[in-house]
Parts: sequence; C-alpha cells; structure tokens
Amino acid sequence: MNKSMKLAYNTAIVVAAAAAAMIIGAIVFAAVGADIGKAYTVILTEPLKDMMGITEIVVRAIPLSLIALGIAIAFRSGILNIGAEGQMLIGILASSATAIALPDMPKIIIVPLAVLAGAAGGALWGGLAGFLKARLGVNEILSTVMLNYIAAQFYTFLLRGPLMDPEELVTGSGTPQTVRIPRQAWLDRIIPGTRLHTGVFIALALAVLVFFLLWRTSVGFRMRAAGAEAKAARYAGIHVERYLILAMLLSGAFAGMAGAVEILGVHRRAIEGVSGGYGFTGIVVALFGGLHPAGIVPASLFFGLLLLGADMTQRLADVPANMVLVLQGAIIMAIVSARQFMNNPYVQDKVARTLLRWFGKPEPPAPPGSIEACPDPSDAPSPCLADDPEALAKLQAQAAVGSGEGTDTTEAQR
Amino acid sequence: MGHEPIRSLELRGITKRFPGILACDHIDLSIGEHSVRALVGENGAGKTTLMNILMGLYQPDEGQILINGEEIRFRSPNDAFDHGIGMVHQHFMLVQNMTVVENVALGMKSSHRPFRLDEAAVRKRILEVSEKHELPVNPDALVWQLSVGEQQRVELVKTLCLGARFLILDEPTSALTPQETDELIELLEKMSGELSIVFISHKLHEVKALSDTVSILRRGRIVFEGRTENHSPAELAALMTGHEVELPRVDSTVVDRSDARGLLSIRELRVRGDRGNLALDGVTLDIAAGEIVGLAGVSGNGQRELAEALNGLRKPESGSITLDGVEMAGSTARRIIDEGMGYIPEDRNTEGIVPSFSVRENLVLKDVGEKAWSSGGFLRLRQIAKNATDLRDRFDIRCPSTDTAAGSLSGGNIQKVILARELARGPKALVSVYPTRGLDMGAEEFIHKQLLARRSEGVAILLISEELEEIMNLSDRIAVIYKGKILRIVPGKSATKRSLGLLMAGVSDE
Ligand SMILES: Nc1ncnc2c1ncn2[C@@H]1O[C@H](COP(=O)(O)OP(=O)(O)O)[C@@H](O)[C@H]1O
Ligand SMILES: [Mg+2]
Repeated sequence: MNKSMKLAYNTAIVVAAAAAAMIIGAIVFAAVGADIGKAYTVILTEPLKDMMGITEIVVRAIPLSLIALGIAIAFRSGILNIGAEGQMLIGILASSATAIALPDMPKIIIVPLAVLAGAAGGALWGGLAGFLKARLGVNEILSTVMLNYIAAQFYTFLLRGPLMDPEELVTGSGTPQTVRIPRQAWLDRIIPGTRLHTGVFIALALAVLVFFLLWRTSVGFRMRAAGAEAKAARYAGIHVERYLILAMLLSGAFAGMAGAVEILGVHRRAIEGVSGGYGFTGIVVALFGGLHPAGIVPASLFFGLLLLGADMTQRLADVPANMVLVLQGAIIMAIVSARQFMNNPYVQDKVARTLLRWFGKPEPPAPPGSIEACPDPSDAPSPCLADDPEALAKLQAQAAVGSGEGTDTTEAQR
Repeated sequence: MGHEPIRSLELRGITKRFPGILACDHIDLSIGEHSVRALVGENGAGKTTLMNILMGLYQPDEGQILINGEEIRFRSPNDAFDHGIGMVHQHFMLVQNMTVVENVALGMKSSHRPFRLDEAAVRKRILEVSEKHELPVNPDALVWQLSVGEQQRVELVKTLCLGARFLILDEPTSALTPQETDELIELLEKMSGELSIVFISHKLHEVKALSDTVSILRRGRIVFEGRTENHSPAELAALMTGHEVELPRVDSTVVDRSDARGLLSIRELRVRGDRGNLALDGVTLDIAAGEIVGLAGVSGNGQRELAEALNGLRKPESGSITLDGVEMAGSTARRIIDEGMGYIPEDRNTEGIVPSFSVRENLVLKDVGEKAWSSGGFLRLRQIAKNATDLRDRFDIRCPSTDTAAGSLSGGNIQKVILARELARGPKALVSVYPTRGLDMGAEEFIHKQLLARRSEGVAILLISEELEEIMNLSDRIAVIYKGKILRIVPGKSATKRSLGLLMAGVSDE
C-alpha cells in the first residue's frame, strides 16, 4: 500500500469509527429518553455559534493535544501510558509550587521555568512507570493506573494541607486550593474577554517538535523501532530498555506540561478537579488522531468540541454531560475493531470487489508477475496492521470469535 | 456435509487480479480421486492464491470450479468444508492460548449447542481421527505449548475432523525440521490411500517422494504438468525458476588457515538456555578469515543460544569469544555490531526486520546513528533512500518501492533485505542461521552465492543449518553440535550425509 492509500484508508477508519460511535451514542440517547437529533445538534453546533464557544473549544484542546502527543510518543515506543492523569497532577504541583516560590522573577524567566517544572514533575511520574517496566518488567498499564491513584491522593493531601491557601483557613471557607500564582507567571490571554491563552502556541510548537522527534531523528527512529518490534530492535543493537524509559519520561513530561499550561493559562492556581479526565480523554484523542501529530491537533479540537457540547446538552437538551464518556468509549471500540477487521486481506479483497461492482471500472490487467511477491498476506502481517505499534493490538480484548474455519483473526494478529 | 464425495475436481480458466498484479492467469487444473498432486512454484507464483480461491476465501475474477463435472461456487470456506475440501494454511490458523479441543471446536459447527459447547463430541472426534490416521495429539494441550511439528499435526487433525476428504496443504514443511518433514511425508503417504491431496512445496525432493503428478506454476501460469516419476528434480527446478538452477559449491582448497586462532574464535563457551539448562556446554570453535564453518545439528541442540551469545543477545556464563583479537563475551549487542559482526537471525520476520518499518528504514536499522545516515541526530532521509535503491538493485530485492513495509514482502525478499543490510556493513564475521529455511530455490541459489562471495572476500562465516545439503555444499569444515557440545569437526570434503546424520544423532564412535 502506498502512502496516499494508507492515509485514505486510515482516514476512512477514523470516519467510520466516529460514525459508529454516533450510532451507539444515539441508542444510548434514546435509552435515556433524550431527543437524539436535538442532542447531537447541540453537541456539534452549539459551541460553534459564538466566539466564546470557539475559544473554549481551543482552551480544552490545548491540554488534550499535549497529553495526546505524549501518549502517542509512548504508544509508538510500545508502551501504553494510562497514567497521564496522574502525571498531569504532579506536573501541576511542580509547576505551581515553582511559580509561587519565586514571586519576584521576571516573566521571561518564570514562565518557561514553571512550564519546565511541570514537565519535570510529569516526567518523574511517567519515568517511574518506565523504570519499573524496563528494570523489573512491571506491566505499565498496572503501574500507570496505580500511580494515578497515588498522584490523586498526594495532590489532594497537598492542596488540603501544606499547599493550601492560608487565606482559606482564615476566612474559613476551606476550599482546597493554593494561593494565586503571581501575575508574572501567567500565560497571557490572547483575546480579551475569553480564556484563550498563549498555551495554544506551546501546544502547536510541541506538535511540530514531536513529529520531528519521531520521524526525523535517529532517537525517534530507535524509539519507534523498539516500539514496533522490540526483538528486532534489540537484535539491531538498540538499547530497548533505555528508549522505553526515555519514552515514558517524555510522555509524562507532556502530561505534566499540559497540567502546567492549564494552571498558568486558565485557573492561575492549583485547584481540585483541574484534570477533569483529560488524562483519559487524551488517550482517545491520540488514537483518534492516528498517533500522529497531524491527526492529534484536529482530533483534540474535535474532542474539545465534544466536551464543551456535552456540557451544553446538559443545559439545553437535558442530557447528562457524562454522555460524552459513552461516545469516547464507543469511538475507541469502533476504531480498534474497525482496524482489526479491515486489515484482514480477505475482507479487503471483498470490499475492493464490492466497490468495483458499484463504481465499476475494471482495472487494466497487469502484465503477469509484474511485481513479484509484494503485499503477500500469506507470508506476512498486513502492512496496515503492522503500521500501528503493537501496543494497539494489546489494547484489544483477544476475543476469539468463533469464525472457525477462517480463524482469520489469528492471522491478523500475527 | 450432505454432498456426494468428490470424484473429480476441476479448475477452469481461473484468473485473479490484485492491484497491479495478475496472481493467477487462466489456470486450468484437474485433480482426481486418491491421488497426490504437487503444486510447485517459487514464492509469489500464485499457489496460495489459487488454493484460497478453491477454498472460497477469494472469489476468482474469471473462471469456474467444477466438482464431479458440475459447476459450483464457494462463497466462503464453509461451503468448501461442506464439500469435504479442507486446507492447512501456510501459517497455522490456530488460536495460541486455546487448547487443541477448543481449536477444533471453533470450526466444528455440529458441536455448537445453544449456550454451550459439546466438548465431549469434539474430543471423541479428535481421538477417532488421530487414531485412524496415526496422528497422535493431546486434546488438552494448549497450542502455544506445542512444537511446530505438533501444531502441524493439530492443523491436520482439525481439518480432518471437519470431514475433509480432499486435503490442501500449503507449504506444510517450510517450518518443519528435516526429521519432522520426513515424518509428515510418511504420514501423508499413508493418508493418500483414502484422501486426495494437493501438496504445495518448493522442495523438490519432497515432491518426488510424495506426489503422483506435479503441476508447476510460474508467475501465475501453469507452465508444466506431468507425472512426477518421469522427471528429475533438476528438470523440475529449471521449469520452476525458468532457468537452470545449480546450487553453488565451495572450493575448499583455497583457505589459508595458518593462524592457529581463527578470526572468530570461541573458547569453552558455556551458555544457559531459557529454561536455565546449560544449552552450550564448553563449545570451542575457530573460524578463519575466508572460511565457512558449517554447524550441523538437529535444531534445539544449542544453535540458537550459540548465535545469540555470539551476538550479545544472551550473556554467556563463562568462556571467551574473540573477534579479530577483541574479547566480546558478555559485551552488548551494540558493541559487537560495531566490532564488525554480521548476523542473519533465525527468525527473519520479527528479529531480522521491524515488519512495519519500510524497506529503507530496515536497511539502516543497525546504523542509523552513523554519520552516513544521520547528522546532528537528524536523519538524512535522502541518503537513506538512496542507500535503499542501491541495495535493492544490488541484492535484487523485489518490492514495489523501498517505502513498502518490509513485513509485507515475501520470505525470500525479507531475507534479501537482511542479507543486504548485513553484508553492506562490511562485516569481519557473519553468523548465518538457517538462512534459506522456507525459501524457494531461486532465493536459495542467490543466498548461497552471496555467502560464497563474502567468503572469498575474507569474511569468517558460521553457517548454522539443518539442511545437510546446504552445509555440505558451502562449508570448508563442518562441526556437528549435539546437546550443547561440538561432537566432531570434519573437513567439508570428506563429510557424507550418512556420517553427519549419525553424528547429529549423537553417535560419535566409529
Ligand atoms: N491480498 C493480496 N493483495 C495483493 N496482492 C496479493 C494478495 N495476495 C497475494 N498477492 C500477490 O499475488 C501473488 C501470488 O501470491 P501467492 O499466491 O501468495 O504466492 P505463493 O503462495 O505462490 O508464494 C504475489 O505476487 C502476491 O504478492
Ligand atoms: Mg504461499
């Protein structure tokens, strides 16, 4: 398969997944007795009606894209980072503590410093899971999920204890939050009257950076090799464990930065509930975006829209905002299973035949054996399946569908 | 079932096109009852595609299938099963983490009850079949625990359990050891009394041993059909590849082995296997520059561990390995690679290449960090691409473009990618493990020539293989490994198949 075909193919999968998710969502809407048409209209169009809505989409897309970029790095390196939520919280702590501790720094120093502190905090938390996997073989899914809990408790403890705003104790309201971050450390708002902040530039710059890192540098090459086939990477002299730790450090750093940017740009103090599930939604964004920065940026905007739209349906269509979680789950399932299904060469052949019949233009016969032995599904995993990190396959429940004779799934999984 | 048994099966004018390629080109083939038909051809000739069409996995673009003179149309493998046609695929279609019973039950619709599986019926059927055809299997074994040969038997049993009377075997021997191959051939010979068999292979001595008639497929066309007994393997090979095939032989008179220690020198090497057993127990071996030493042995006698220890993928327990005087035992793979070691690994699909990486990326897999392919940490994409086009031409790698995922190439071409990378690095020594396993004769010839060419350039080559023919053709000296020890080293010239065979079985006194 050549590049443009692959792109078209992957796009088709994503679009099909979105459509399937919409249908599943519609069923759930119907089950809760909501007006399906109205709910979708609100979710998909209401946020776009004014400047406020549009900027709010971007405000949500900023942390989502940062987290998704980090998750893509990990995925491409063969690790499933489910711990962005925790890494983000540690990033917030590190970043706000730095900003608060250094109130007299000039802006030009304190802003980068606070963002980097967030990155360092997230990297620490992510790197921990990477280290556990590389050195002790601890499954990263377990460790990252568990580290999420530890981070959440630690965050709550600090916000209600050592880092709590002393004012809150005096006035007695006791809201668990830190003091306000000094003004110099803020990320400026770009459009007055909205919350859109300069973090958007950070996110875009980092998206470009991630592309270069993964596809244009030798370090990225090795990370991807280690992720795609660790055995071959090891054979080729690549220090797989080292790159695994590096990938988790980077992945955590991105989540940490997402936290830092969110605090410095939106809330201006560490409060509870900042992460709002961004760490998990980021996984969906990363997958939806094809684990590629060029896909992740638009995907994060789309999910920004969904998140905002879901808030609005609560008010306007009386559908709980949590519905968006159902959509997210449905999208993941649809993407993963569509890939699995569509990668079967026999299915591909059938689809191609059907399309030909519909849009019938017989293909000119190729000279016999013109290119010998190229995509040979019987000799190798199909290229498109192979294109995704093995990690993707790990996500799937290994449901052995009783297709019996074909047992095609087995072949596809090889 | 419920269809009358197949007395004759005929394919007429079967044509199948894939984007940019004509996989089957008006193929006519007819197969009678109780006979073994060999279908041979190089990789990519269209054998698998043709059989997949017969199984209903693909629909032909043109042509018909006739059973007992009547045209039929299989829409899915289920239809083929109903007619008693069964296929054992080139790559096993078994669910690794299920038991044998469960695997067989997957296809046995008759055992599916609402909400449960009639496991007893499946088990009974398995035992029946395995007894009747002398195919011992343990119904409760988990598939991943079984050896390749045993998995093959499970595939056969599975197919027979579904009532197959007409059996298609797609390269059943390509993953088997020579011993397992012999067993399988013997078994199929017995079964051919009651079944019709289509046997796909490109190993001509297997074809000679087993089949009654042979059809040769080249680039999607049947180029020859005839009775097997009337034709020599050399004739068939020439028809298969379109030119005379003569596997090259080493001329072992020219080696200068004056320095006592070889270029690659192994001393008293001890290495543990995966199960903690001592897989190598004091191996000593010297390979001179410009020498090929063949390591013969039944697989599983320490070959894998030796190759891995030599390449830094497994830590030796004790002993020494020197390459050109540099001690390397226990070094990292990286350092050994940098010292000039080349390695063609046993598992070409997941170890020799990163399957999802493009051909061009795989060609620089070991050396991306080198100045030639990256500067300042950034990849030099143009150089990498140019390198790939050069190597593609030099090593005759057939791929639509160097941007194609290497994993989508055929086995022979994957091996050429690996060979190109390893040889282009200009290694001092080369460890080559089962380099032609599962490859067709054309590819085999090419690889043998390449190895001999490196030999004359002064590379020290360790050739690990189970194919005695290959070892005897190429080796200056042959070492026989048995249970982790080198039993004996004999000059290549004086080795005979018989003597090597005995040594490989552990019989060392004469
Ligand atoms: N699903 C497919 N899509 C495109 N090309 C294919 C597909 N299956 C097989 N081919 C091509 O058809 C030709 C014949 O392949 P195959 O039947 O697998 O050969 P063989 O089994 O003889 O090695 C090869 O060139 C192969 O690349
Ligand atoms: Mg084949």
